[in-house]
Amino acid sequence: MTLLLRVAVTTALLIGASLPAQDTSSRAPIGFDTARHGPADSALEARTSAVASQLRCPVCQGLSIQDSPSDLAQSMRSLVRDQLASGRTPDQVKAYFVSKYGEWILLEPKPSGFNLLAYAVPLVVVLGGGAAIVLAVRRWTTSPEPSSAD
Amino acid sequence: MNWRRAAIAGLVAIPVIVLFRYGLNQDPREIPSPLPGNPAPAFSLAVFAPGEGSLSRQIGDTVRLADLRGRVVVLNFWASWCLACRDEHVGLSEVAREYTGKPVTFVGSLYQDTPSAGTNWILQMGGEAYPSVHDPRARTAIDYGLYGVPETFLISADGRIARKITGPAEPNVMRQIIDSLLSASAAP
Repeated sequence: MTLLLRVAVTTALLIGASLPAQDTSSRAPIGFDTARHGPADSALEARTSAVASQLRCPVCQGLSIQDSPSDLAQSMRSLVRDQLASGRTPDQVKAYFVSKYGEWILLEPKPSGFNLLAYAVPLVVVLGGGAAIVLAVRRWTTSPEPSSAD
Repeated sequence: MNWRRAAIAGLVAIPVIVLFRYGLNQDPREIPSPLPGNPAPAFSLAVFAPGEGSLSRQIGDTVRLADLRGRVVVLNFWASWCLACRDEHVGLSEVAREYTGKPVTFVGSLYQDTPSAGTNWILQMGGEAYPSVHDPRARTAIDYGLYGVPETFLISADGRIARKITGPAEPNVMRQIIDSLLSASAAP
């Protein structure tokens, strides 16, 4: 049994070593042909990806327009690229999408006003839960006082 | 002691129940639009389907929102692959014909589709009273915060988005809104 396990582990390691290493961080965005574009284009693509990954895809469930293959997400991504190429800043591009779709379009809501609740509530719940656990554990571990009958 | 526990349980449960009640009454696919009340985004799009009779425009003509100032504009986004668009199509054409001669312009805008597929669809549906334009790369659709079809925008004579209808537009609702926009624009 142990021998079988050793053989399996060694085989897995050998197969793993023979596969080319994949660096996902440097992967080009969908539809970007690195052979056809220069370094300026790849910088623009990187900025496009950064903005697109902060914008919610309107026709998906919890996906950014960077990660969604839907037609609308692709059109939105191309619009992000064009706006950045025309000199708009990432904040101006995000503001454009907010003006069209509302704050809903931002995957991460701005930490201000009512949105603060989204940041504060988990913190309060964790702190409150922690305090409750500490109190409960203290109560359980405190030895009960001897009763007057003993 | 039991009363205290019941009170704590109640205090915890009530906000959860209120939250569920609120959440279950919301349509998660409905995105609240910030556009109604604001100036309608400008567009300038080419006609691919001419429409009929006095409402028609030549194929290749450019429809510009700026040229329609002073008229109520009904901008309907649709696609040949959209099943719900079939439900509203006949009704929209009917309402468009009823307002012939009044300062109302109906425009269909093809969304994520090809003009040839759109033209075939119109033929299959028995025609379309008003012209439809092509929106390449969905730039106008995104300008209107579109997230699906059909969506219909009713633009007042002063160029503001008065209403947005998500899903198939009901003819009676359309008539009511158009009438109120016409009377508002006629008022001094």
